[in-house]
Amino acid sequence: MEQIITCINCPVGCRMTVQISDNGSFLSVSGNTCPRGAKYAQQECTIPKRMITAVIPVRGSSVPLSVKTAEPVPKKLIPEIMSELAEVTVMLPVHSGDTIIPDVLDSGVDIIATRSLP
Amino acid sequence: MTDQYVDILIIGAGPAGLAAAISARESGMESVLVLERESEPGGILRQCIHNGFGLHRFHEELTGPEYAQRDIDRIRELDIRVECGVTVLSLSAQRIVTCVSPVYGFRTIRAGAVVLAMGCRERPRGALCTPGTRCAGIFSAGTAQRFVNLEGWMPGKRVVILGSGDIGLIMARRMTLQGANVLACVEIMPYSSGLNRNIVQCLQDYDIPLYLSHTVTDIRGRDRLEGLTVSRVDENRNPVPGTEIDFECDTLLLSCGLIPENELSSGAGVEISGITAGPVVNNHFETSVPGIFACGNVLHVHDLVDHVSDESFKAGRAAASFVNSNNVSIGFITIKDGAGVRGTVPQKIRLDLSENTELMFRPSAVFRNATVIAEADGKVIAQKKAMIFTPGEMASITLKPKDISSVSGNSLTIRIESED
Repeated sequence: MEQIITCINCPVGCRMTVQISDNGSFLSVSGNTCPRGAKYAQQECTIPKRMITAVIPVRGSSVPLSVKTAEPVPKKLIPEIMSELAEVTVMLPVHSGDTIIPDVLDSGVDIIATRSLP
Repeated sequence: MTDQYVDILIIGAGPAGLAAAISARESGMESVLVLERESEPGGILRQCIHNGFGLHRFHEELTGPEYAQRDIDRIRELDIRVECGVTVLSLSAQRIVTCVSPVYGFRTIRAGAVVLAMGCRERPRGALCTPGTRCAGIFSAGTAQRFVNLEGWMPGKRVVILGSGDIGLIMARRMTLQGANVLACVEIMPYSSGLNRNIVQCLQDYDIPLYLSHTVTDIRGRDRLEGLTVSRVDENRNPVPGTEIDFECDTLLLSCGLIPENELSSGAGVEISGITAGPVVNNHFETSVPGIFACGNVLHVHDLVDHVSDESFKAGRAAASFVNSNNVSIGFITIKDGAGVRGTVPQKIRLDLSENTELMFRPSAVFRNATVIAEADGKVIAQKKAMIFTPGEMASITLKPKDISSVSGNSLTIRIESED
């Protein structure tokens, strides 16, 4: 199977063609102009990952709390993580870097605050 | 007669103002004052909760609030005074500022040097000549971003985005993640002005269609937006009859360009460039009015905050040096935009150039395997190759003092030469 991917590493934005086997494993890539492109293509075709950022309400604060995943998480977890975030209750004060949800959905990645609320 | 004197007065506590304040203090200025209209420092970064900031400056990917916090922490360490909730009303060529705030009342402040760091604002609906009714539900993308990320409101449920600049793309993802249904992103040009990574991560990831060479041709709704029509445009950007697509939606976000905010600058008699819409500056980021400096998005709209900070550190240092020595230039070389180049900043270089100077500009089109050339007296004095230049990414070339000392005329041209 063939998949077309636009590389996002730099502004050149190479259009790469990736060959994937029937069981979904990565076979080869063409159309990239540097090794970073090849690495991205492989990651993107096997387990694509994204950073998630969001805001959540905080009791007693008119300003919502901005949060992020401490590292990129598998893309397919995004809707579930957003549902988790809709449920969480945060109390003041919060410091930037505080863990809001440890090991979200057993992904091994924490959700952390990206701002402080006194 | 003024109420107060400060050595360095900075207008705006966004990334540009904070960096200028830090470098002015680090250059030995004791009295530095930053005036900020909002209730907190940080500028637009406060509402940019997505990540991707700081790769160049800190070699890590930060969110907007995290990036701003690093500068705010440094401002506190250096004990620099930042007054929030203060609106500057006017600035004069004599560097006298009038300002007003609920806390400090009306004041006049005289400054040894002023740094303009007011940033930019979004092009509003009125400047776009959109057709249709004047109903509620039409926001600039940045306004919607403020509502969602700082005030905790969702502006609507079914959303169309006009313009595919980065803020529009980021908001397409943001609105989707917070539960809205984003129906389409519509771009009048045949290409997006946003970064590739944002097209992939903000539109493709969420299956949001991007309509290139399309625009909004009707807006319907009495009180609230009810629907709109999108049509394809021809090469002259005129709508093509018979290509209409109707969308039922309650929200339209506009992401159609940014304009430097220079009302204060103009009031002081600062010369404004017709191309960048920001002040004309020399390599010290000094405007046409001695002692008034400009940096960040008020000077020219940047793609990356890292570049804003870098530029503003230089402007803060230059402002400090002006207060210390009041040095006036003996003369300038004027920088001109040549083929393929738009909006080069700075527009002038002092003849007594003592350090390397980066000239920043926007390519006017996409050029592959191209060379940017600095040319004076018919000779190439500097050049730099790149695999690609695109209008969406600011480009630069660096001149050394010896490059300038060899110039006998009073102008220098920057141009792009493509091999294709």
